[in-house]
Amino acid sequence: MLKRLSLIAAVASVFALGACGSSSTDGAAPTSAAAPAESALTVFAAASLTETFTELGKQFEAAHPGSKVTFNFGSSATLAQQITQAAPADVFAAASPATMKTVSDAELAGTPTVFVRNKLQIAVPPDNPAKVESLKDLTDPQVKVALCAEQVPCGAAAVKALDAAGLKVTPVTLEQDVKATLTKVELGEVDAALVYQTDVIASAGKVTGIAFPEADQAINDYPIATLKGAPAPTPAQQFVDLVLSQQGKDVLTKAGFEAP
Amino acid sequence: MKLSRGRVPWLLVVPAVVGMAFLVLPLAGLLIRAPWSTLPQRLSEPQVLEALRLSLVTASIATVVCLVLGVPLAWLLARTDFPGRRLLRALVTVPLVLPPVVGGVALLLVLGRRGLVGQWLESAFGFSLPFTTAGVVVAEAFVAMPFLVIAVEGALRAADLRYEEAAATLGASRFTVFRRVTLPLVAPGVLAGAVLCWARALGEFGATITFAGNFPGRTQTMPLAVYLALETEPEAAIVLSLVLLAVSVVILVGLRDRWLGAAA
Repeated sequence: MLKRLSLIAAVASVFALGACGSSSTDGAAPTSAAAPAESALTVFAAASLTETFTELGKQFEAAHPGSKVTFNFGSSATLAQQITQAAPADVFAAASPATMKTVSDAELAGTPTVFVRNKLQIAVPPDNPAKVESLKDLTDPQVKVALCAEQVPCGAAAVKALDAAGLKVTPVTLEQDVKATLTKVELGEVDAALVYQTDVIASAGKVTGIAFPEADQAINDYPIATLKGAPAPTPAQQFVDLVLSQQGKDVLTKAGFEAP
Repeated sequence: MKLSRGRVPWLLVVPAVVGMAFLVLPLAGLLIRAPWSTLPQRLSEPQVLEALRLSLVTASIATVVCLVLGVPLAWLLARTDFPGRRLLRALVTVPLVLPPVVGGVALLLVLGRRGLVGQWLESAFGFSLPFTTAGVVVAEAFVAMPFLVIAVEGALRAADLRYEEAAATLGASRFTVFRRVTLPLVAPGVLAGAVLCWARALGEFGATITFAGNFPGRTQTMPLAVYLALETEPEAAIVLSLVLLAVSVVILVGLRDRWLGAAA
């Protein structure tokens, strides 16, 4: 008897739950039916923006209840290609004007705005085994150096800085992106590398950064733009506005980016 | 030798055709989008030839390394019984599951300049593997060896044990049995494994760029050149991929004809 009662109770509660669930969705329908479609925002951003944009995404979601920001972080060139191959993105933030140009040349982006700039630093392991102090020390053949490949923004900046200094460095490797270059220093496989100062800060003490004057000759501009044919144009503009606002600047400069 | 002459069952044909389309269509996409007019010019770039040469040389050496180490390992797994054999068998397949980039980091942690074994190599011989052509071979062999081991082990398990037993009763030592009976018996399996191994090594990207880095002429293999070309010139990347593809197909078909010719 008791068993039977509890069974009835269980069945009843399932029904109750079901009813509860359906009524709540019914109730929410008028507002949420329009909102979810609009507030799902997709942002394509350069890998070096991973930490800051994730933070800004959280702030955006807090400021716009019911919205959901999804990020696709990667090499700017790869992202630009995905966009030109019709990936469903709303906002593109690139690590170089050249990669943004690929997208705007295809008439897929609104007018880009430069929102931050990034500068190179010499990254060395904390114990600095090769006693690197300046850019010139990297020319010593005994010093193992990693650079980014010239095809990616950090590599292009490295070439520019070295040219400005009139120095010739023979690296042991030309890495595919800045994070891979940083990893080689973190693991101690190379004695020094040229990476962005934001990467040095993000590594949280695993590498030591050394600023050098020639870095001023090779500053990287980061443009951001909403994309034409964006599935969510309104939140896209709101997100760009957030990045360009004082609130956005605070997050970005704390991570080592410089204001344009 | 046809098994049956009945109607071809559509339950097999339909998925087979879908499967074939799935594999072939991306290749067709590459062929259609390839900038054929610039092909000869790209091929004459010294960096491309250098990357191609490096790819062929390192993949071949890696295959030899895999054969020398992998065939005995497969024999050990298939023909002997010792505690932990099943665990070892599972461990051998780890590089198959591991994302290659993680494999590359793992290699750095062991064989890198500050790695467990690498720091000893560095202090004893002043030699470190990362950023060298030898490092490329190590990365490729690490990723490709499981293909060989699994193929050879499968062949060994399928081989008829009676020949080996007969040889043993006639007084042959275990090594002689392996060399004179087992190996010829499983030769097709070894060849198939070696081809798989070579193909995997030739296409290797993640472990190579992580462990050996990327430097033209020393560690930049074709897949690395393709990846970097993709950053700026997607069309160049397509051309490079097609070159790699064409060369590997020519080599594999050429070798197969030779083997089949020898067998006939």
